[in-house]
This record gives sequence, structure tokens and C-alpha cells, in this order.
Amino acid sequence: MSPETRPRGTCLSRLLLALLAGSVAFSAFGQPSRDFSAVEIEVLPVQGDVYMLVGAGGNITVQVGADGVVVVDSMFAELSGKVLAAIRELSDQPIRYVINTHVHGDHTGGNANLARAGSTITGGNVTRAIADSGEGARIVAHENVLLRLAEQQPAVPFDAWPTDTFFTGQKDLFVNGEAVQVLHQPAAHTDGDSLVFFRRSDVISTGDVFVTTLYPFIDRARGGSINGIIDALNRIIQLAVPAAQQEGGTLVVPGHGRICDEADVVEYRDMLTIIRDRVQHMIESGMSLQQVQLAGPTMDYDARYGADSGFWTTEQFVEAVYLGLSESNEQ
Amino acid sequence: MSQTSLRRFLCIPLCLCVTLACGLARSEVDLSGTWVAIYHEDRPERGPGPSLVEYYGMPINEAGRQRGLTWDASHLTLLEHQCKPHPADYGSRHSHFRVWRELDTASQQVVAYRFHREWQAPERTIWMDGRPHPSENAAHTWQGFSTGEWQGNTLVVTTTHLKTGYLRRNGLPRSDEATLIEHYIRHDDYLTIVKTVDDPVYLTEPLIQTSDYRLSLTRNLDPYPCDAVVELAGKPVGYVPHFLPGENPFLTEFAESSGLPMRAVLGGAETMYPEFIDLLELPRATQGGGR
Repeated sequence: MSPETRPRGTCLSRLLLALLAGSVAFSAFGQPSRDFSAVEIEVLPVQGDVYMLVGAGGNITVQVGADGVVVVDSMFAELSGKVLAAIRELSDQPIRYVINTHVHGDHTGGNANLARAGSTITGGNVTRAIADSGEGARIVAHENVLLRLAEQQPAVPFDAWPTDTFFTGQKDLFVNGEAVQVLHQPAAHTDGDSLVFFRRSDVISTGDVFVTTLYPFIDRARGGSINGIIDALNRIIQLAVPAAQQEGGTLVVPGHGRICDEADVVEYRDMLTIIRDRVQHMIESGMSLQQVQLAGPTMDYDARYGADSGFWTTEQFVEAVYLGLSESNEQ
Repeated sequence: MSQTSLRRFLCIPLCLCVTLACGLARSEVDLSGTWVAIYHEDRPERGPGPSLVEYYGMPINEAGRQRGLTWDASHLTLLEHQCKPHPADYGSRHSHFRVWRELDTASQQVVAYRFHREWQAPERTIWMDGRPHPSENAAHTWQGFSTGEWQGNTLVVTTTHLKTGYLRRNGLPRSDEATLIEHYIRHDDYLTIVKTVDDPVYLTEPLIQTSDYRLSLTRNLDPYPCDAVVELAGKPVGYVPHFLPGENPFLTEFAESSGLPMRAVLGGAETMYPEFIDLLELPRATQGGGR
């Protein structure tokens, strides 16, 4: 073993992440393929009224207060019991909103269970008993999340679909004494991504446009693109304001990985911009995908974000960047 | 000797031993005070900073070298980068600092050492109360999460949860997976900090450096407000300066000005050791200076 390839402490966790990511693809289609019995839900205070739940699948962001509970993303359905138990440690108020940052099953799998455990604040224009209308929390997402869920096969149960969608740039809520903005980011990780900004708590929940564990998964089949992801990261940077010494201030809950702040997003943005520019230059130089792969445009970041196996490898990432940029150049 | 006298006789050294043992278990050496950097050591490194593509003595791997070679100093003009403090590992090479102790009122035990560095005014806490390091999902910060323990008269500090930083101010990166171990050794009015950075992402061997400081009874640390301003006008949102691989115009500048071969300035673990100089075909005078 050369010194350049000495073993790393995080290799195992990276492998587990890759395996986890692999299960996402199946679970997204309603075919859970793994045993969740050993998974524990870790609850981390972020700041203000916001917490981060980490288990298996995407991170969950939870806001609590007198109005009830707002949940951003819902992990896998099989974990809903543990997720609900963790939420109950934070609040005994009902879940009012489940907000989806995007369509993937590791973020939407628990929609139906969490919504069923909550209730909506409602009134007026109810055709049946008023009590029925409040049954279940509202599920909020960009319209493309609904469209993508509706087209999935095997079919995703109807009660897991978003009940409140928006097709404009953003949807605003005011819950628990603070503005909550759901901000659409087009053609990024998918075509239905949203950032969720808790303005008083000063926390942004990003979904998978920002992760700390891997290169970003660019789901081209569902409208994702490298430039859309970079645009989303730049928007997070514009929204976030660091405190003194570029530390803290606005905190960021990534789709996967640890709690972050603006500086972490800047690091990730810088990396993706540099890789994008390199691949773009190679395309303009007439290099084929195979030549670009061999040139290793990501080599200085691979030890941190790359993967040789699993659901989302470095090779697949470079391919997605190359193909996406090539298509953009043709247009 | 009566039994009571014998007990007293034995009790005195026993108490003395217990007292000494307790003393050793606590901090025998107080690090409180204002410490000024002794800048004549490694002056270019600790003062103005190194040249571009000056990596000798750094145990970097190929990935770290590539990041350095594609780094453009204009990167530091970006608004988001202007007010960054030095991370804990680089901070110990640079800037004067003040240390004070936080004591538990009831027990008078040291709960933590607090550090304040002059440049960019970062504050750092070294917990001495035995608390564990936080979850891997907790936030990383520029100063990281530090815990300390006394080994004899040396304070040994372990720091995790660092943000991505740098090994040198010329683009050599240090990842957020690195661990920092520091040894604080006080000799009267002098303090030596031995830092060891272990980074599985960008280093092939730990980076070990020492920096010396002198106690000052008169030095006041200046405030260091930072206000980021646009330095490069007309750039689009998201502009990130960097050199494409192989297009760094400063690649050979330092090698040419210093008379060192590229093999040396590009760094790597072998360039840390004296034996490396024997591998180079240098003029005798340069060789002597190099050693």
C-alpha cells in the first residue's frame, strides 16, 4: 500500500453511505430493501426552534412551537415510528406541515405516516364534517415533486403525495412565530428542489442540493443539472449571513451529513464550480467523456467526496456533469 | 514511639504524597497571560506567508499538491473568504494570543482554557473537564472542538470538528476530516506549541511543526473588525478564481527565484527529511544552507 493510499478512518462510513444511497433507489419506488431495525434517530439542536434528525436516508429538519410541528422531509417509511418518537421528545404538539425538499424516497418515504400522525389547521369550505378536514398534516412541495411521485412505478400511495403544491418561485408560511419560506431551485438535484428557510431561527434546510458526504447526486432523469446545483448553492450563500469571524450565524441543515454554516457551503460551491469549469474546458477542447474521465478533473477532491462503488460513484458524477454541460453547450 | 506517634509519623509523608499526586493531576502550569509570537522563527511562513508553489517540507499527497497548483490567490478576494480567521491548526503558527482560565467556583478546578488570537480575533475553548467530543453530525468550526489533559507539565490538546482549512497560505488544503494534536510546553516566560496535524485526505504523514511564544506583561491585543468589500468589480455571482490544471503561470516562479529544483518545491513527505537533500544535485553552498 503506497502512502498515498493509506487507509482512512471514514472509509467504512463512506461505504455505508454508498450502500444507503443504493437503497434509496429501491425505496423511492416502494421496494424497501434493507433492515432498519438497528437504525437510531439522533436528535441535534440546530438553533432557535429548529432541530436536525439523523438516521438513515435524508436528514429531517424539525421546527417546534406553540402552533405545532413543522417537519422538512420524512426519511424512509420504515423509520416513521422512530422519527415520530424523536419528534415527541421535542414537542407534544401536532405535526402541522410536512415539507418535501424533493421527490426521492429517502426524503419522502415517511410522508404518509407523518402526515397521518398530524393535523391541519383548517376551516371553511369543508364539504363533510369539519373534524375530518383537519385529519392529517399538510404535505407541502413544489409541483414537480407531485408530478414525479405520481408517475413513479410501482405507484406511490396517494396519501404520500403532496397536498399543497406551488409552481411559482416560492411559497411562504408563518408558523410558530416565524416566517418559513419554501424556495424553489429549478433543475438542480432534480427539477423539484426547494430550500426551506426558517427566518427567525436563521436556519436553511437544503435537501440534497447540498450534502457533506459525497459529490452531489445529479438526477438527470428527473431534471437535475450541475449548473442548477451551483445556482442553488450560490442562493444559499446569498441567504446565509455568517456571524463574526465567518463562524456560525445562519446555520444549514444539509440533505445528508452534518450541521453546517455558510463557510461549509462556500467550500462545496467552490469545489463544484472548479470541477464544472474544468469539465467545461475539456469539452471545449474537444475531449470525449472517456478522455475526461481519464484526465481526472475531480482527483483533488475524490478522497473527500468521491466513491468507487455504490449508488453514486465519482465516475457517474463526472459523466452527469459532462453530459449536462454538453447538452447546455448544444442549446 | 507510641502507636499514635507512629501514625502521625506515617501520615505526614502519606499526606504529602497525596497532595503532590493531586497537584500533578491538576494543572501544575498556568498558561494564562498574553503570548507574543517569536517571528524570527520561520519568518516567511509566520509573517508574510510563503510563496506560490512553495511546498517543500510538507507531507502532501498528489491531491493536496493538485489543489495547491490550481489555487489562485484571487480566491481570497471573494466576499465569503475575506473575513475567515485562521483555523486552530494554522492559528498556532501565527498571531499573538491571550489565554485565560475558566474556573469552577465551588471546586476551583479548571473547566476550560480560553484563547483569543489577535488576527481576525477568533476565540477558542479547550475543555478540561473531561467532556466527550460531539457527534460526527455536529457542526464543524474554524477553531474545532478541543479537549485538553495534562501529561506531566505538558498540556496535550486534541481537536476535532475543524472546518476545511489550509496548511499553508498558498493554497495547500487541510480537510475537515483532520485531527489536530497540540502539546503546550511552558518554560518560564516562553511557550512552545508543538502541533501535529493528521489529515487522511491531503497528507501522507502527519505534519509536525513547532512555534515559540514569549510572555508579555505589556502587550494589549488589538481589536480586529472585518468588513468584507467587493475587491474585484464586475464579476458574476458565483465567480470562483482558480487555475485550470497545467495553466498556473506561477508554477516555476519560486523554484527559479530560490534556485531549488521543482522536485523539492513541489513537496511531499520525502522533502521533510534531511536525507532528501542528498538526492538532489545541488551546489555545495546551497546544500549546506539547505541543511
